[in-house]
Amino acid sequence: MDVDLFISQLLNGLSSGVIYASLALALVLIFRTTGILNFAQGEMALFSTYFTWWLTDLGLPVALAIAISVVASFVGGAFVERVIIRPFEKSSPLVIVIATLGLFLALNSLAQVIFGTDAKQLASVFPHTVWTVGGVRVSSQTVGLLGMLSVECLLLWLLFQRTRVGLALRAVASNPESCRLLGIRVGAMLMFGWGLAAALGAVAGAVVVPTTEALTAASMQGVLVFAFAAAALGGFDSPLGAVVGGLVVGVARALTIQYLAPLDNIELVMPFAIILGVLLVRPSGLFGTARVERV
Amino acid sequence: MGGRAGLAARVGTVVIVVAVLAWLPQYYGTTDTALFAKALYIAIAAMGLNLLTGYNGQVSIGHGAFFGFGAYTTAILMNDHGWDFLATLPVVAVASFAIGAAVGFPALRVRGLYLALITLGLAALFPDLVTKYVHGTGGTTLVQPPQPTSPSWATGFAPQNDQWRYYLALAIAVVMFVIAWNLVRGRFGRALIAVRDHEAAASTIGIDLARTKVTAFALSALYAGIAGSVGVMITGLATAGRVETFQLSIDFLIAIVIGGTATVAGPAIGACLFVFLEQAAQDAFPRQPLLSPAIFGIGLIVLLFVLPDGVVGGARRAGRRVRQLTRSRHRPQLDPSTTT
Amino acid sequence: MSLLEVADLSASYGAVRVLHDVTLEVDEREIVVVLGANGAGKTTTLRAISGLVTAHGTLRLAGESLLGHHPENIARRGVSHVPQGHGTFAELTVDENLRLGAYRRRQRDAVAADLERWYTTFPRLASRRGQQAGTMSGGEQQMLAIARALMSRPRLLLLDEPSLGLAPIVTRELFDTLRQLNEELGVGMLLVEQNAALALQLAQRAYVLEAGVVVASGPADDLADDQEIRRAYLGI
Repeated sequence: MDVDLFISQLLNGLSSGVIYASLALALVLIFRTTGILNFAQGEMALFSTYFTWWLTDLGLPVALAIAISVVASFVGGAFVERVIIRPFEKSSPLVIVIATLGLFLALNSLAQVIFGTDAKQLASVFPHTVWTVGGVRVSSQTVGLLGMLSVECLLLWLLFQRTRVGLALRAVASNPESCRLLGIRVGAMLMFGWGLAAALGAVAGAVVVPTTEALTAASMQGVLVFAFAAAALGGFDSPLGAVVGGLVVGVARALTIQYLAPLDNIELVMPFAIILGVLLVRPSGLFGTARVERV
Repeated sequence: MGGRAGLAARVGTVVIVVAVLAWLPQYYGTTDTALFAKALYIAIAAMGLNLLTGYNGQVSIGHGAFFGFGAYTTAILMNDHGWDFLATLPVVAVASFAIGAAVGFPALRVRGLYLALITLGLAALFPDLVTKYVHGTGGTTLVQPPQPTSPSWATGFAPQNDQWRYYLALAIAVVMFVIAWNLVRGRFGRALIAVRDHEAAASTIGIDLARTKVTAFALSALYAGIAGSVGVMITGLATAGRVETFQLSIDFLIAIVIGGTATVAGPAIGACLFVFLEQAAQDAFPRQPLLSPAIFGIGLIVLLFVLPDGVVGGARRAGRRVRQLTRSRHRPQLDPSTTT
Repeated sequence: MSLLEVADLSASYGAVRVLHDVTLEVDEREIVVVLGANGAGKTTTLRAISGLVTAHGTLRLAGESLLGHHPENIARRGVSHVPQGHGTFAELTVDENLRLGAYRRRQRDAVAADLERWYTTFPRLASRRGQQAGTMSGGEQQMLAIARALMSRPRLLLLDEPSLGLAPIVTRELFDTLRQLNEELGVGMLLVEQNAALALQLAQRAYVLEAGVVVASGPADDLADDQEIRRAYLGI
């Protein structure tokens, strides 16, 4: 077996894996705090990324544009929760799923209407260098993304495990009524959770899109499916699980494309087969804590 | 309303509805007839999906794959092997049922939102499978079968081909509706609901959980497959893009939520509403085609909020309120001088 | 002025009226119990007080009306409701559950001191500090729920069937603890119970609720001696 080829495919997989992982983090955050599968997460990130592009188009440096977009997305995410999702808090999960799908459609087309349908170029925050380590080419983009993900994971862990707000977020996910009886403002917590997820999505989009060819309306759709796979693999309530899940999905996909010729063109089978396999054996995912199911 | 009067009223309603549906292509032109036909085959898929999602509580966002399977099977049999359209239906039915059952088995171990996710995988996978295994016109994955033409004996009421195809679709839709209606009213329907509401209790009264859930999956796949066959018969084109397959899966869900999951007819009504809403959103801004998904998405959310149990549920609630009002008006007034 | 004043309280679930003109009161430092069969409206009464159910009539805590307020607000005014089935955060640890009880309090030292105090009062909780609440027994979770409710230093404690699902010995121990807490802290308690015998021993006054209406009230001892009550609720 050609070791160099294997390693380079591994790295390919890792670099796409970090892309899936960064969106999966946002998915996990919303699921952890509100128990909702947000099918509009990708399009929310898309909208944020278009906004970031627009700011750079106005002449702002990329890093500043991302920072502003993150704050704006936080507000936007909280707004979406209050205005679009909250009215459905007593509805069945199916209705909520459809509401997020409606949001998906609306955001996708609004982004195109507001920002135009032509492909945009978004500069990257990381420098475009390629290092050669032991005969293998490693892109600084990938390393930068991995670093960023690690920081996000750490911050999320600190939030959930070491802060008062994080504890309240976990409590709201566990038993909202008991939270009310303890004086915790459940609504505010939900808005915070969605705002934070939207902010994560903004970061994800801004660092992910430059690694692809250009920013278009379809930029996030391919990622979403794999991000869901990553989140499911990781157990949906663990940020670390989302990252590991993303990397596993990315690597599995790259290796499948390379080595499993019969699965040529249908390499999507691999990640879903992995998810199915993991769920059959460990229904709460690799890293998830076993919990009473919501649906 | 119960008893004989209730049944007569229901049958009467169905007859009237079918009569109206039959009259439509006589009055409307080709484009509109095609739209009505789309409503019919979406309705077939939605009715089937409702058996799985509404009555049995298993959420699937992958039934676009089964639809596509039915479409391609019919298209290939007609195109490459010269089959007659109606002859392909039993094949599609059996094959879709089998595949649905095959998916339904592992689904037993996966719950709720995770199941929705796995079915998403189906919708994502199907286009790739088609690309790999189907070779259509000019090497792409399009298959364009010959479409049924109006037979000579039908020239009286369906002189044009698109009318004939509409009536074919209508006949199939009615048959599928009646089948679903009977299933739901019988033991199977009760088993579906029992398993959805309380699995533990259902198994203690002797319901085979696995068989019920897998059959629900298989049946819903069958309906989606047949819908796909009808669809390809109407449009003359079998395609499977990733976005389209996903979109179809969502469309079926939208139809059952708009119409209401509690009845068999609800999803059919929802399908009709959905098709018209979609068209209306497209017509509303002819120069801004991009705006229509946004309008549709927002309109959908508003509709969901106003009618959480769908059109049928809302109609029922309205009917109940009307009956309450009329009842209170007829209550006899108490005469204070006679009360003790 | 009494701590809790409830007068002509009515509440409905949709179109169904569940409480009809319920009147009761709890004084400072009192333990009051509401008895009644299943479906009598006892739980609804507590939920109306804590704001989970919309109610009409008069509802005052130390003179201020609670009507129309969100549960979060009512909790912040000093009402702590331990719901039926204890309502612990099953996935969180014992320690986390208790800290959440003090969510609205600001002084870290006072909170830490209270935490230690409850660990001392409930030693079984102390030995399970890091354990997931959902893995404990029913009795332990009930104690956790009560300790958590007390972490907010409430003026009024509402307890919905605390003895539900508990063995008699555990219930006795629980009620002894409640009496102790009432004496030491002076926190008023409104208890809803089906276990009439033990409850009447614990409380000073009692009400009996039947189909959403108060049908009897008075000192707990009197009600315990009352023949009708004994027959209907004590099975004697």
